[in-house]
Amino acid sequence: MTPEWVLPAFDAHAALVAPWTEHRDTFGWVGVMGFCVAAACGLLGNYLLLRRMALMGDAVSHSVLPGLVIAFLVSGGRGTGPMFAGALVAGLVATLIIDLLQSRTPLKQDAAIGIVFSTLFAIGVVLAVAFAGQIDLDPDCVLNGELLFVALEPSVAVGSLTLAPPAVIRMASVLALVIAVIVVGYRALLVSSFDPGIARSAGVHVRGVRLGLMLLLSLVVVSAFEAVGAVLVVAMLILPGATATLITERLPRMHGIAVVHAGASVWLGVGLAVWLDCSLAPAIVVAGAALFVAAWLMGPRGGLLIQLWERNRVQS
Amino acid sequence: MPSSLSTPAIPPVLEIHDLTVAYRRKPVLWGVDLAVGPGQLVGIIGPNGAGKSTLIKACMGLTPVQGGWVRFWGRPFAEVCSRVGYVPQRETVDWDFPVSVMDVVLMGRYGRIGLFRRPSRADREVARACLEQVQLLPYADRQISNLSGGQQQRVFLARALAQEAEVYFMDEPFAGVDAATEASIVVVLRTLRDRGCTLFVVHHDLPTARQYFDRLLLLNLNVVAFGPTAEVFTADLLQRTYGGRLTLLSEVAQALGAQGGSR
Repeated sequence: MTPEWVLPAFDAHAALVAPWTEHRDTFGWVGVMGFCVAAACGLLGNYLLLRRMALMGDAVSHSVLPGLVIAFLVSGGRGTGPMFAGALVAGLVATLIIDLLQSRTPLKQDAAIGIVFSTLFAIGVVLAVAFAGQIDLDPDCVLNGELLFVALEPSVAVGSLTLAPPAVIRMASVLALVIAVIVVGYRALLVSSFDPGIARSAGVHVRGVRLGLMLLLSLVVVSAFEAVGAVLVVAMLILPGATATLITERLPRMHGIAVVHAGASVWLGVGLAVWLDCSLAPAIVVAGAALFVAAWLMGPRGGLLIQLWERNRVQS
Repeated sequence: MPSSLSTPAIPPVLEIHDLTVAYRRKPVLWGVDLAVGPGQLVGIIGPNGAGKSTLIKACMGLTPVQGGWVRFWGRPFAEVCSRVGYVPQRETVDWDFPVSVMDVVLMGRYGRIGLFRRPSRADREVARACLEQVQLLPYADRQISNLSGGQQQRVFLARALAQEAEVYFMDEPFAGVDAATEASIVVVLRTLRDRGCTLFVVHHDLPTARQYFDRLLLLNLNVVAFGPTAEVFTADLLQRTYGGRLTLLSEVAQALGAQGGSR
């Protein structure tokens, strides 16, 4: 008899292939949704990383809670529209307060983020508890999201054409918007991230770019929120860019690697979830982190193996 | 241009009037007035905290201004930004940023080609010529973190050249570079000046300030003096700029001694 703690046997076909073939009905839209979330977060996350604003995503995702609660109370239901609007407004308010604290007080960004996101999250908890009778929010879902719900939603149909579940359509639109912003605004984003002074002399409104980026971040985080929750979205924002940083020295390639990382995380993450029968979103993050560790070990930029090899070469 | 025909006097390249900048109520610049014409190589000198970098940032709209105004050719900065070049202090940017030397130099072209168009082959040619001028062409495809301090400074200089601007602000371009790099930077500055550009260079070393610049702006909260180097590089004015700092005063004495000796 096998002890309880032993991992279930790993069946490569069942974990890595079957979800996309035999079980496509269950995992198809989940995979698309996961990829859209991870890719949108990863692409935007590259810029957060370059601007040393990686934790802004954390701030926005935690600030969403009071927005959700207030929207729920005001609209009296869990309708997508009001919830989305409430979350978006809360995320924007958080970034604006952080901006204000950072520019108008001696506080640095890390302290400003720490104050704002925990306070807003606390306000959300206080409100949720105070109006507990009227609110039906699943705390587990707020923190971890539930990617599988996507598959349970009926697809939107236009005439006789069946499209996709509404959450997938929303997330795919957000991904398309992120890609469009990066393609059209590539040089403005690049120059204002690298050197605000030269950006000014190229006619870039640096503060405007920053606010635009925060607006996009709020949109991405809020859209990703229901699928992956407040905690995991932070990993989705940082891991792809962090992995890419260890592999390449060029921004366009960083974007490419972030997208590949997103796809691979979802593929391996779904495999992990099927194998261990666990939640999808955490499994995707674990897979993404494993890819990061692989890049850390083997990456050409500061990878551990490279460092070891170079040290030996210097000694010999 | 029609506008310059209708006005009798050509407005100065840079005109600053009663400029006041404060950080949290503490004034950094107070009532600065300045007017500078074309083809000048101006050194900005003054003690730490005198507002040298702040003056540059205020001119380029990078820091909020409490009072007064700045005009380039009689117009606000926003209207002429592509004609104004900028070389920031080396430490202000992240040298691990994932761009090549060529990418950084091409950023200098953005003001001319517009942000939404790709740099053309001609822009790349200009960038290559600018890299050639600072002896960095072989490094064009390197990632910028693989450069020495002097090379980084020259990348910034190449980018400023690629801007083909008419006014340049340079914040301590000589900080932390070796003598050879310093000499090559001076050559570039003089070339630009001879083309009719006006350059403002924040500088820290008094003896070389006398050699490098046509004009000096002595700054400490406000303009202590502005004029031809020979006229304003005097013990009296430098003392008023730097206050009673002994080490600096001895440096001044040394510099003036060298001046006397060379006559």
